[in-house]
Amino acid sequence: MNLTGLTIDAARSAVQERKTTTLALAEAHYVRIQNEDGQIGAYLTLCKERALEQADRIDRMAAEGKPLPLLGGVPVGIKDVMSTRGVRTTAGSKILGNYIPPYDCTAVARMEAAGAVVLGKTNCDEFAMGSSNENSAFHPVHNPRDLTRVPGGSSGGSAAAVAADMAVVALGSDTGGSIRQPASFCGVVGLMPTYGRVSRYGLIAFASSLDHIGPLAKTVKDVAIVLHAIAGRDPMDSTSADLPVPDYTTDLEKSVRGLRLGVAKEYFGEGLDDEVHHAVESAIDELKSLGCEVVPVSLPHTPYAIPTYYLIATAEASSNLARYDGVRYSYRASGVKTLSEMYRRSRDEGFGAEVKRRIMLGTYALSAGYYDAYYLKAQKVRTLLTRDFEEAFRKVDAIVTPTSPTAAFRLGEKSNDPLAMYLADIYTVTADLAGIPGISIPCGETQGKLPIGLQILGKHFDEATILRLAHAYERAA
Amino acid sequence: MKVTEKDVAYVADLANLELSGGERTGMVRDLNSILDYIDRLNELDTSNVEPMAQVSDRYGVDDSKQGSERFAYANREDVPQGLRTSLSQESALANAPDADGTFFRVPKVIER
Repeated sequence: MNLTGLTIDAARSAVQERKTTTLALAEAHYVRIQNEDGQIGAYLTLCKERALEQADRIDRMAAEGKPLPLLGGVPVGIKDVMSTRGVRTTAGSKILGNYIPPYDCTAVARMEAAGAVVLGKTNCDEFAMGSSNENSAFHPVHNPRDLTRVPGGSSGGSAAAVAADMAVVALGSDTGGSIRQPASFCGVVGLMPTYGRVSRYGLIAFASSLDHIGPLAKTVKDVAIVLHAIAGRDPMDSTSADLPVPDYTTDLEKSVRGLRLGVAKEYFGEGLDDEVHHAVESAIDELKSLGCEVVPVSLPHTPYAIPTYYLIATAEASSNLARYDGVRYSYRASGVKTLSEMYRRSRDEGFGAEVKRRIMLGTYALSAGYYDAYYLKAQKVRTLLTRDFEEAFRKVDAIVTPTSPTAAFRLGEKSNDPLAMYLADIYTVTADLAGIPGISIPCGETQGKLPIGLQILGKHFDEATILRLAHAYERAA
Repeated sequence: MKVTEKDVAYVADLANLELSGGERTGMVRDLNSILDYIDRLNELDTSNVEPMAQVSDRYGVDDSKQGSERFAYANREDVPQGLRTSLSQESALANAPDADGTFFRVPKVIER
């Protein structure tokens, strides 16, 4: 049997039924990485020793005939912003180029407890700041569907690894669209759960009121399985919600007939590519033919989402990234004479251009005299944006939009224009600001064979409904 | 122009960044272009809108309570020994660019 390109269930049952071994699955993926990743660049670090140890554990369970856990034997990639004990974790930054965490991120630990085999750490924009993966301090990632194009970002390595069969599933993080937009660009499924659904303990912080961890996979069912494995209260993260975790796979097959789908004109305006527009309209028609009722809704503050996001995210980042001081674990510049010079030069040499730009913008927005005009203003508009969704969700069960205004753009196309790059997140930042869950699923291709993504947004903690809709669409399409 | 080269120098100072000459010029340009775009927030009247710090405020806070009790949803039991074993001194120092086995070592703090 072909050992790459499997779904979670196919991989786990093949191991359970002794048709193959976890070891063979892992080895097959490492071979694929060796052959393909030179031109894609999805991985930053491989952790073979850790993977083989886990594979051995799962294979022994299978040999003893014990039932394998949810992700038993499944090879996975982990975005390099999640701490892995004993395995280098860089956040795509030179400033953490040699950092070996002494503990595991909760989401990673839960993946492994569920039987997953961590193959390695995937490439990303530095500190998850970017929409193209070109801000990685190590190397860019090339879109497996067209190597001249970006995979999206910041979880570009995770999306590319899944798209190129170099992992069955991967974990990513989403602060402004960083799971959904690369999923859309690479033609895979990406889920950002509700804020608080998945613990962020051990996630290298970018903007704490916006950071989410979530899965990328080939199928909706696979993201549902991973969410089930990683969700739930964690005493190590006070923002993780103490709410029961449903089995997200049980209702997947339930009919979507009668569900009300909101369509907001604000997501179909200027800047939306015609081919993307057309593909998303067709997807909405498909959902209608499955029995969904389409209801126009209004999200009037949408045009203010990007400025709001870039003030809040950068303000929080400027504070979170103050910890990189060259003392405890980060890069230190050499030949420095005083403590203050050491801080400045270490940060100057350790951070890349986009990270410095965001630290500067965030520090400016928080500085005396500007706090009210920028940061406080943005927090108030965040309330308005959230109310838009609360209002809309009184009338509908989910909202459908394009994930990104365009398909994958070319490497270098936007890298000299920060504002143009920020606008790539125009349809995704709103869900991060409001803390609602969102999923991106493939909905066709452009004439140039580039994947297009459909985004489905749901109510707080109602991942089950958007997964069900996504699954129904995936099966029908 | 909202942000001048002088502002950039001041903010870089606050952020503990050095920024070379060329970087400062680019930063003035980029920050002005982004802040111009951000200005559209002023089209909105937010005088009667409460600021929102994070999402949990929307579904977790109990406004009928006073003080920190409002945030009871985020409480946990106090565990004297901590939620996990503390890092050993060795592992806490393992990633330090410079340490002497007991302490982190840094360049001189006081200049004379």
